[in-house]
Amino acid sequence: MAKKTKKGKITIDRELCKGCYLCISVCPSHLIAVSDKLNQKGYYPAEYMETDSKEKNRKCTGCTMCAITCPDIAIEVYRG
Amino acid sequence: MAKKVFQRPKYLKKAVFHYCPGCGHSIIHRLIAEIIEELDIGEKVIGVPPAGCAVLAYDYFDVDMGESPHGRGAAVATGIKRILPDRIVFSYQGDGDIAAIGTAETIHAANRGENITTIFVNNGVYGMTGGQMAPTTLAGQNSTTTPGGRDVKRDGFPLDLSEMLAIARGSVYIERTAVNSPKNIMRTKRAITKAFKAQMDGLGFSLVEILSPCPTNWKLSSVDACKWVEESMVKTFPLKVIKDEVEGAIS
Repeated sequence: MAKKTKKGKITIDRELCKGCYLCISVCPSHLIAVSDKLNQKGYYPAEYMETDSKEKNRKCTGCTMCAITCPDIAIEVYRG
Repeated sequence: MAKKVFQRPKYLKKAVFHYCPGCGHSIIHRLIAEIIEELDIGEKVIGVPPAGCAVLAYDYFDVDMGESPHGRGAAVATGIKRILPDRIVFSYQGDGDIAAIGTAETIHAANRGENITTIFVNNGVYGMTGGQMAPTTLAGQNSTTTPGGRDVKRDGFPLDLSEMLAIARGSVYIERTAVNSPKNIMRTKRAITKAFKAQMDGLGFSLVEILSPCPTNWKLSSVDACKWVEESMVKTFPLKVIKDEVEGAIS
């Protein structure tokens, strides 16, 4: 039987991210936040929060919205 | 077992883009590379980058590229396509390149019905030189050479190049899209795919105009720049299929 909820995961390459935060604006589950550590280029990169969603019980579904929007291809999406 | 569903496309080199944060160019580069991979034309595609922000596009695409002089993308692409008719030739041009210095070449290439595809990235300013007024700058928009906003009596109206090219009888497919939201990015991808297919079937000149955010020169944050495209730019440059003579004709 197929599971009702899709499980997904993303990875964000800290050094490729230039801190435009478009991914944060499009994530339907609000699972991406701004990191508090600078990367080598001097930007605060976006960071994936595994479970720390502002709204409880929201999990990554692997919808790829963040990756489609990311101009710098810093995001890779895994599903299943 | 987690399956990778999104990764860097095969035809983009592992180089860091030099574009500013939130720039639409890098999204469009990725879309083109994805389409080249999906249509499996990597071995026979030739790109023609412009002068402008995307002048270094050949550093990123892992396909054959031939740089063109400023504005002459359509002319260079014409030459390549006529010598090597079995290749897929696309020119990648910004609004300063295609709508200012290269207007003549572009209009005549469309009028001759050259079998090439042009990607026209419209961000409403001269990005590389620091945000001066371009022909496509909106009425009332601030730029470094129109500090009080573009006055149409002094500076003229925004140039609607895509509509002009739609009048040319040789053009077969012209669409205007944007890259300011995931939905519009997917629409852009479909439009570029259709333009490439029209060329592969030898139908004639195809062009996709893409409204692209330029947060640095618009002096907005990346997210606000995407909103500005939606709120202001789309009013002057509505997103639509301007000319489509390929529907049903492409495989």
